[in-house]
Amino acid sequence: MSNDIVITGLGATTPLGGDVTSTWDALLAGKSGVSILDAEWVTTFGLPTRIAAQLAVDPSEVLPRVEARRLDRCEQVAVIAARQAWADSGLTTDSVDSERLAVIIGTGIGGASTLLNQDDLLEGPGLRKVSPLTVPMLMPNGPAAHVGIELKARAGVHAPVSACASGAEAIAWAFRMLRSGEADVIVAGGAEAAIAGITMAGFCQARTMSTNNDEPTKASRPFDVNRDGFVLGEGAGIMVLEREEHAKARGATIYGKLAGVGTSSDGYHITAPDPEGAGQARAITTALRTGGVDPADVGHVNCHATSTSVGDVTETVAIRKAIGEHPVLTAPKGSFGHLLGAAGAVEAIVTVLSIRDSVIPATLNLEELDPGVVHDVVAGEPRKVDLKAAVNDSFGFGGHNVALAFTSA
Amino acid sequence: MANEEVLSGLADIVEEVAGVAKDDVTVEKSFVDDLDIDSLSMVEIAVQAEDKFGVKIPDDELANLKTVGDAVDYITKNTV
Repeated sequence: MSNDIVITGLGATTPLGGDVTSTWDALLAGKSGVSILDAEWVTTFGLPTRIAAQLAVDPSEVLPRVEARRLDRCEQVAVIAARQAWADSGLTTDSVDSERLAVIIGTGIGGASTLLNQDDLLEGPGLRKVSPLTVPMLMPNGPAAHVGIELKARAGVHAPVSACASGAEAIAWAFRMLRSGEADVIVAGGAEAAIAGITMAGFCQARTMSTNNDEPTKASRPFDVNRDGFVLGEGAGIMVLEREEHAKARGATIYGKLAGVGTSSDGYHITAPDPEGAGQARAITTALRTGGVDPADVGHVNCHATSTSVGDVTETVAIRKAIGEHPVLTAPKGSFGHLLGAAGAVEAIVTVLSIRDSVIPATLNLEELDPGVVHDVVAGEPRKVDLKAAVNDSFGFGGHNVALAFTSA
Repeated sequence: MANEEVLSGLADIVEEVAGVAKDDVTVEKSFVDDLDIDSLSMVEIAVQAEDKFGVKIPDDELANLKTVGDAVDYITKNTV
């Protein structure tokens, strides 16, 4: 019996596009999803960062009004991306045993805008105006719960919370649940919509965000010597994963395989990565080992690289340790910014498509490679290259490391 | 306030909160069984009705308002 795990459906809504195809096309075309934030609070609070990577298609254009008002924005994007992925998979709630279907959707922050808006109502007009939906809208398991209820998933609904690794961690959990036989089909990914005054202010105070407000499309520049921090983004990425025999039995279209996963923790610092990259390297090594993937066959790493001064180079140290100097790297955050809890999921989708289409998108705005990086990083134009295997890295505040190893279908 | 006026105003609120077409909000309908309105949405509807009609709908009264007609009668009788 094959124990392989395959990907049969993809869905996303990102700063580059309202679905997977438009996102992938814009990424390959070298588009940027970053723009000036015209919200009033940006000037009210005097934030040094006035740019963000906002959704290309606002959820209000996609969801019915009444449904939208019952969901926080992070739940809205999860529902939108999950519906796309589910439709793409060709599955229906009637064709899957609901007790063999699970949903795992992570978020880094959860319903931040609901928390802020409802607190304003409590402190202003008072208790009567606070929505009875406040708690289900702000809880970080909300995105997973709404998708789980819609799909009648009864094998389990989970919401990993590991900051910027949450989306990738959801996919890692899915792998383990499928491997252990707890489910046949899992809808997994990440969702985030936390472009708000308090999150922006917090990141600004931590000195982690780019302040290149004069050139928004050039602000996110992973691996470039002139990078000055990340650009906050929003969106969701969801994939449908199945045990291979389940997918084949129903004649599903298979995008690729999730060969192996690895997770680890640094045990080092709440925001800074271990400078030796030991934890990150262990996650990658574990992903390759569980997947039976020879490091020599890993032609590409889709990097977490956020465009911060420390993180980008440290990641390449980990890649050298775990895989070597041969993989060709890229960092899609140059194009769509940092989607926090959705980042790993959207970037996992990008990695799967890179293998399927034999092309690695360029790292937008990489003009002068940091001298600390020894790898070949794709810049300028996308690179045509046949890929047997590729790794997607994700790391989060708290020292959470996740690596996903994908192979061709 | 006339019954028809209250019904029309209440139907507007139900449409806004729960997405039920205004024409479907008729006196014999049960909020839960016919209009598929959950307890959370009922709280929102009650708060908006209080503001619109100038009535008080305490929680123990809200629990008795099973149908649209119950709500219309209560609001009509208690409007100040």
